[in-house]
Amino acid sequence: MKADFFTVKIKRTVKLNHRTIWVEMNQTLDAQPGQFVMAWLPGVGERPFSIAGSAPLCLLVVDVGPFSQAIHQLKPGDTLWIKGPLGHGFSLLGDAAILAGGGYGAAPLWPLAQLALSQGMNVQVCLGARSKADLLLCDAFEEIGCELTLATEDGSAGETGLVTGVVEKILKSKKIDGLYACGPTGMLTALASLAKTYNFPYQLSWEALMRCGMGLCGSCEVPQTCDPALPPGWLACFDGPVFRYP
Amino acid sequence: MSKDPDLSINIGKLKLHNPLVLASGVLGTSASLLYRAARSGAGAVTAKSCGPEARAGHPNPVMVEWEGGLLNAIGLTNPGAKEEVALLKETKRQLAATGIPLFASIFAGTPEEFGLVAGIIAEADPDLIEVNISCPNVRGDFGTPFAADEHSAALVTRAVKEAVGITPIAVKLAPNVPNIGRIAAAVVNAGADAITAINTMPGMVIDAEACQPVLTNRTGGISGPALKPIALRCVAEIAKTVDVPIIGTGGVITGMDAIEMILAGAKAVGVGSAYWYRGPEAFRLIIEEMKAFMIDHDIQSLEDIRGKAVRR
Ligand SMILES: Cc1cc2nc3c(=O)[nH]c(=O)nc-3n(C[C@H](O)[C@H](O)[C@H](O)COP(=O)(O)OP(=O)(O)OC[C@H]3O[C@@H](n4cnc5c(N)ncnc54)[C@H](O)[C@@H]3O)c2cc1C
Ligand SMILES: Cc1cc2nc3c(=O)[nH]c(=O)nc-3n(C[C@H](O)[C@H](O)[C@H](O)COP(=O)(O)O)c2cc1C
Ligand code: FES
Repeated sequence: MKADFFTVKIKRTVKLNHRTIWVEMNQTLDAQPGQFVMAWLPGVGERPFSIAGSAPLCLLVVDVGPFSQAIHQLKPGDTLWIKGPLGHGFSLLGDAAILAGGGYGAAPLWPLAQLALSQGMNVQVCLGARSKADLLLCDAFEEIGCELTLATEDGSAGETGLVTGVVEKILKSKKIDGLYACGPTGMLTALASLAKTYNFPYQLSWEALMRCGMGLCGSCEVPQTCDPALPPGWLACFDGPVFRYP
Repeated sequence: MSKDPDLSINIGKLKLHNPLVLASGVLGTSASLLYRAARSGAGAVTAKSCGPEARAGHPNPVMVEWEGGLLNAIGLTNPGAKEEVALLKETKRQLAATGIPLFASIFAGTPEEFGLVAGIIAEADPDLIEVNISCPNVRGDFGTPFAADEHSAALVTRAVKEAVGITPIAVKLAPNVPNIGRIAAAVVNAGADAITAINTMPGMVIDAEACQPVLTNRTGGISGPALKPIALRCVAEIAKTVDVPIIGTGGVITGMDAIEMILAGAKAVGVGSAYWYRGPEAFRLIIEEMKAFMIDHDIQSLEDIRGKAVRR
């Protein structure tokens, strides 16, 4: 792996919801589901994004600030600078998987679901968001053959409440070989303790402030307060972003 | 040969079970990361440099790899001296059972401020305080590095020495000076107990497609393989001029690199970028490779080869 930038061209962008786009590039990137890239726009900045597709390279970008906004402005043919793939992704276990995503946490679960289905696995996807309008990739997961359960905080789609609630119901009622999740820190902390309660192997993709993206600067450490199972000094960019337990 | 070679070394009264020292700024931002580096085989660990006030550092991109090494401009991100004391105390607590020494690292804008920061940091009772007078990435904020001028280097050294009492200090030098031996002599005369050489070398990586430097700070510090020959020469120069322990730092990725550093005259060997090139097992791998070389060449102790390549 070499951590320098290369350029890709935007092939097309698709609007997924009121503040999210799907960005498809003109080339592939050999990567595992769960790995990420650093995307650079000269003069704007550089930010981490999950690899949402690798053949061709795709990113899912929520407009939350200056950098993501600049990505939203890109047109087909425009250039984006990419460093990666970085970090370590998911690795599938057994026959039945439950994939839980909060917000743009759906992004790395999309290639993971495709891989799991291609290996003949049973894939249950649980997506959560504040409201129906914020849910991402629901139709896509269903179309490829995943069982889908939704949770929204305002009850506008699926069950009212958090995605952890629907995950717990499934863990209680079905035979599942592994839990895979990506989303906000609070959600992952809750899922980690849930998985331990029900004694399930889990793989969680953590977020942290990424600066070097190369395991040197220490900025992206995820503390054991997030999940006591994390080893001391665990770096999201280098050891993760996916933490596998056991 | 059956006897395991002896890799232990002393820096003054400090005993290190092996000569590898985690370089400042790499994984040194929390107690748990320093503990991790210690547990992964380092002989001593250095915390990230801290200054008088908290600093966020530069905006991304702050780091990039190029053909010969790495280039970074993190921008001395740190929580400020007061917070750093708590971090160092917690690190000491975690390291206590391992016996692995903890080095603090400080920077500041004036000799007086260096003294102030050193005094605060000394409260945490680190085993050594490294005085970073050579960071190339904050020129706009702190002017020309003190490492570029023997008089200011000596002033800083004296101010720190006075502030810290008995805690040993190492002064960290920059490679981009006309005569590094002269700077080394000046800081040793001013009371430095050891010298760390070298910090990164200023450099720039340009992306032609973007038609601009990659790092937001435009320039950065070169580390990794490209730095090794520069570091070896600096260490040899310093070893020729002064008699204090040298923590030879720059481009040590393998055990052979570490042996070369000792052959140039270093007592200890700083390791930073190797974490990227070799992964989390970097320290253990380098130690194993050093041992293998020593066994192969019938070398019992590092003292037997220190400076051997440059002695005339
Ligand atoms: C491993 C990883 C994968 C990610 N994957 C995706 C993804 O697939 N899709 C997506 O839309 N977003 C993803 N993000 C988050 C994305 O990096 C931020 O939304 C983006 O940096 C926002 O930048 P901005 O300038 O638009 O907003 P800003 O105003 O700069 O920041 C808004 C928020 O984004 C986060 N953020 C900012 N800078 C960083 C940084 N350097 N590292 C981490 N988080 C930061 C912070 O929570 C901040 O509060 C991921 C983050 C990580 C760490
Ligand atoms: C990401 C990064 C951050 C650094 N931060 C500091 C720092 O805060 N203080 C310091 O004295 N040196 C700092 N350095 C320099 C290193 O301590 C070391 O001198 C240099 O990297 C050369 O060693 P290497 O080739 O083994 O990395 C940093 C280096 C890197 C790569
Ligand atoms: S972002 Fe620098 S260590 Fe992870």
